[in-house]
Amino acid sequence: MEYVIAFVVGGLICVIGQLLLDVGKLTPAHVMSTLVVAGVALDFIGVYDKLIDFAGAGVTVPITSFGHSLYHGAISEAEQHGLIGIVTGIFEVTSAGISAAIAFGFLASLVFKPKG
Amino acid sequence: MNNRPSDFRVSRQTWHFPNDVRILSTATAVGPKEGEGPLGALFDKVYDDMYAGQDSWENAERQLLEDAVNLALKKANVTGQEIDVFFAGDLLNQNITTNFTAEKVSIPLMGMYGACSTSMLTLANAAAQVNSGYANKALAACSSHNATAERQYRYPTEYGGQKPPSAQWTVTGAGAAVVGTGGSGPRITYATIGKVVDMGIKDPFDMGSAMAPAAASTLQAHFSDTGRSPNDYDLIVTGDLAAVGFPILKDLMKTDGYDMDRVYNDCGLMVYSADQDVFAGGSGCASSAVVTYSYLVDQVKRGQLKKVLVCATGALLSPVSYQQGNSIPCIAHAVAIEGGGS
Repeated sequence: MEYVIAFVVGGLICVIGQLLLDVGKLTPAHVMSTLVVAGVALDFIGVYDKLIDFAGAGVTVPITSFGHSLYHGAISEAEQHGLIGIVTGIFEVTSAGISAAIAFGFLASLVFKPKG
Repeated sequence: MNNRPSDFRVSRQTWHFPNDVRILSTATAVGPKEGEGPLGALFDKVYDDMYAGQDSWENAERQLLEDAVNLALKKANVTGQEIDVFFAGDLLNQNITTNFTAEKVSIPLMGMYGACSTSMLTLANAAAQVNSGYANKALAACSSHNATAERQYRYPTEYGGQKPPSAQWTVTGAGAAVVGTGGSGPRITYATIGKVVDMGIKDPFDMGSAMAPAAASTLQAHFSDTGRSPNDYDLIVTGDLAAVGFPILKDLMKTDGYDMDRVYNDCGLMVYSADQDVFAGGSGCASSAVVTYSYLVDQVKRGQLKKVLVCATGALLSPVSYQQGNSIPCIAHAVAIEGGGS
């Protein structure tokens, strides 16, 4: 059952993204930013963690979870280091994901050549 | 050259070429997808990969244009030294494909930009220069490349952005024509230069809808200026309206009293077959160029088609203009190509 819930909830997030593209006529970059900010907003009002309990990977895999991670990082560092922690926190929690994207992107570019 | 200049000007938009202006030769070079399309066997050179033996897509597009130009010169049995002027354009910033190619062939260049209408813009100007005597022989050419155009106008293909079904597939290819006088090749009789039309369409993934009114404006001007009607032609093609723009143009023409049903087709629909995954159809300068300079000219030479009107359509957007919310200005230029007689 948890797979079904993850599939449906994750799919709904993708539907929202698709609607932003097709109906809202946003560019892919705008859609990505909108979903990240939506993740931050949902975490701010305390909904995102409940969504994770409910749908698991359905909400941790889509890009909205990046917003969730940014918010968590900023808040936890801010509690320890104050205002400066907001800045360092967003990098601390998300650095693994960003580093992996850069590293794998680099490796893929060594091996593959775009075909068109 | 007995005609007075007043014989040349039909109207503000339409030029007449009474001085036996002819297409002496044409040549085309295309990429793999175009080679697999219904006109594949008619193209002079087909590359089996998008790089055309080069290390970048921009260099590949230059290779295609160089091939088309060199093959057209060879078929006309002339050298670059015998060509007085080269009219050419492409879709990249600063017409870079054209400029590099013109350096290699060393023919005086008049670079032109009309987006995808460049094929007929260059042919019309080549015909005008030959007709008026400023050039004995002129060369008209243009090119586009799917991957360079994606990078130029939309997103690099590596980005993997989604496209809706109304989007079009930029044709990878180049076409060139040597224009001169005498011989028995297809004659260029009229050209109608389009006005910019902007109906407020803002979606760069729906250029067929944006360009159809521009094509209608030019075709109506052509018919009204020349006194001809659609049925005076055996075939009328637009450059790249594709599946979305094609019915819109037919409707617009019908509303204005011109029934195009019997004679109308679109190069963007002719260059690919329906199962080639090209969204609404082909686009780009090369769409009208490779169809006109292969199939259409062949048919006119064989007498299968006697009078053809090519109306190349161009969407004059830039990435900055549409990202800043501007609508897409469009243009279309038409050239009449006719067979028969020496």
